[in-house]
Amino acid sequence: MQSKGGQGVDKSCCAITAIHPSMMQDRKTFVAWLQAAPMMLVFSVFFLLPLLLVTIVSAWDYNEYEMIPAFSLRGYSDTFEGCIADLPNLCTILKTYLKTLKLCLLTWSLTLLIGFTVAYFLAFHVRSKTWQIVLTLLCTIPFWTSNVIRMIAWIPLLGRNGLVNRGLEGVGLIRQPLEWLLFSEFSVVLALVHLFTFFMVVPIFNSMIRIDKRLIEAAYDAGATGWQTLVNVVIPLAKPGIVIGSIFVITIVMGDFVTIGVMGGQQIASAGKIIETRLNALQFPAAAANAVILLGITILIISALTRIVDVRKEL
Amino acid sequence: MNEKRSRSFYLLAAFFTAYVLFLYGPMFAIYILSFQGPDGGLTFPMNGVSLVWFGKVFSGSGIVDIAAAFRRSLQLGLVVMVLTVVLSVSAGLAFRRSFRGATLLFYVAIASLIMPSIITSLGIALEFRLLDDFIIKSGAADWTTAMGLFTSGLGAHLTWTLPFGLLIMFAIFNRFDSRLEEAARDLGATPWQTFRHVVLPIILPSVVGIGLFGFTLSWDELARSSQTIGPVNTLPLDLQGLTTTVTKPDIYALGTLTSAVSFLVIFLALVVILVLQARQRRHGSDAGKGLV
Repeated sequence: MQSKGGQGVDKSCCAITAIHPSMMQDRKTFVAWLQAAPMMLVFSVFFLLPLLLVTIVSAWDYNEYEMIPAFSLRGYSDTFEGCIADLPNLCTILKTYLKTLKLCLLTWSLTLLIGFTVAYFLAFHVRSKTWQIVLTLLCTIPFWTSNVIRMIAWIPLLGRNGLVNRGLEGVGLIRQPLEWLLFSEFSVVLALVHLFTFFMVVPIFNSMIRIDKRLIEAAYDAGATGWQTLVNVVIPLAKPGIVIGSIFVITIVMGDFVTIGVMGGQQIASAGKIIETRLNALQFPAAAANAVILLGITILIISALTRIVDVRKEL
Repeated sequence: MNEKRSRSFYLLAAFFTAYVLFLYGPMFAIYILSFQGPDGGLTFPMNGVSLVWFGKVFSGSGIVDIAAAFRRSLQLGLVVMVLTVVLSVSAGLAFRRSFRGATLLFYVAIASLIMPSIITSLGIALEFRLLDDFIIKSGAADWTTAMGLFTSGLGAHLTWTLPFGLLIMFAIFNRFDSRLEEAARDLGATPWQTFRHVVLPIILPSVVGIGLFGFTLSWDELARSSQTIGPVNTLPLDLQGLTTTVTKPDIYALGTLTSAVSFLVIFLALVVILVLQARQRRHGSDAGKGLV
């Protein structure tokens, strides 16, 4: 907002110094363009071009040890192998995607629930600015530390001889250690929630902090209960943050292969892991085909979510 | 909002405390366990207290060359940090004016941020593989690879850190009072002087924050590095490899050391930010106090 006001003043200044405004403006946009160019260059070389190559190579042929630059849809047909022949049973790729979606949905609902509650507490119940900063920082610090270590950290708690099993045995709830605590879907979802709730807290908090507190008072004055205020005032106004957080969590989980690998004991298949497996087998076109499929599905989910809210406006 | 704390406050405060325990509890478990005695295992109880496992990490017995991976990650992290700060501040300044492709750059940065890491990683790996093939076909028969820590690896890390840097710059300039710059210009400052003596000092604490993101995100980066780092590994990649093979607490000791670096960097950054803010307040201008 302020910068727009600034430009208005600029023009008047330029008129006084008798430099033609449009020339000044051209020079300024050129400087701005130069300032942005290095970042654009990095993204072009290390993001846009690679994405383009993934799309191209996904339609290449390959054999056991190299890719062959000739048009072939083998990468795709190999991926969907058996999908029609095995009907009514699901083929591997569909099963894998269903499993990934299931993990995604579980993680999304849990991170949303926890993230929303934490953000709500920080935004509406912590009154002093200093405390707000300190507590937000407390939630952020783990994000600056290693994800692998935060995953490994669950081993002493959830392992066969871990704290949880010992504790449950100690109070006599179980006789044998629970095997599903570690290297299972449970531990994968737990770790994903542990790692990525942060991505929900920040955007939701950011939306909530901009809500005019008087709106909430007005709702109370008009006789709304706490719950009604939450549902009819806070949630609609926090929707942009919820959508942005959801995009983060969903894209991370859809493409994840590290957390699912480590916490699933390398036994659980996921969309991201298929790509990794194909890569390790040096089947680049097949890996690329899978990447294109994953990308397509991710874009579908994001565009569905962005229908709900204009993301650019919220930043 | 009345003065007395409501019941929901205590419920939510309890929830928040539980969340913080959930965040930190497991981490502290392995920090404690890394001080296991020589006969200690991967889980509680502690079997004595010792520094044996840290010694094992440093002497490198049994584990891959951790010291080298440590150095590599540190170097890469510092380079990523500097580049993230410089490129983000520069682009952030550009976004204050309109320029051709501003919207495009914004959407590309967001796309890079939310792109599943494995796809970015695969793309960069493909790019360098095709480049290598091309160079070899062009006659350089003894060419091995252009892939490496400071080529493909650096690029992969930047696709992850730059969007954060740019978003932080947006947040800074949303709150920036551009009348300060106009005042500087009116007093005859050149654009560079305006930036150096007016804009930079004001945004410096947040720029330190960008550096913090740049270093820590690179230091811990795993998914995008996985296919792009070339023949040698970074520390997180080695750590991930160890999760499947190591059955002794040395992996915790390594985890504790890695986290110690993260915490040290976070601590330093926060101290610098606080000092800078305090200095701003002390030397601060009378801006915002109105005309007298």
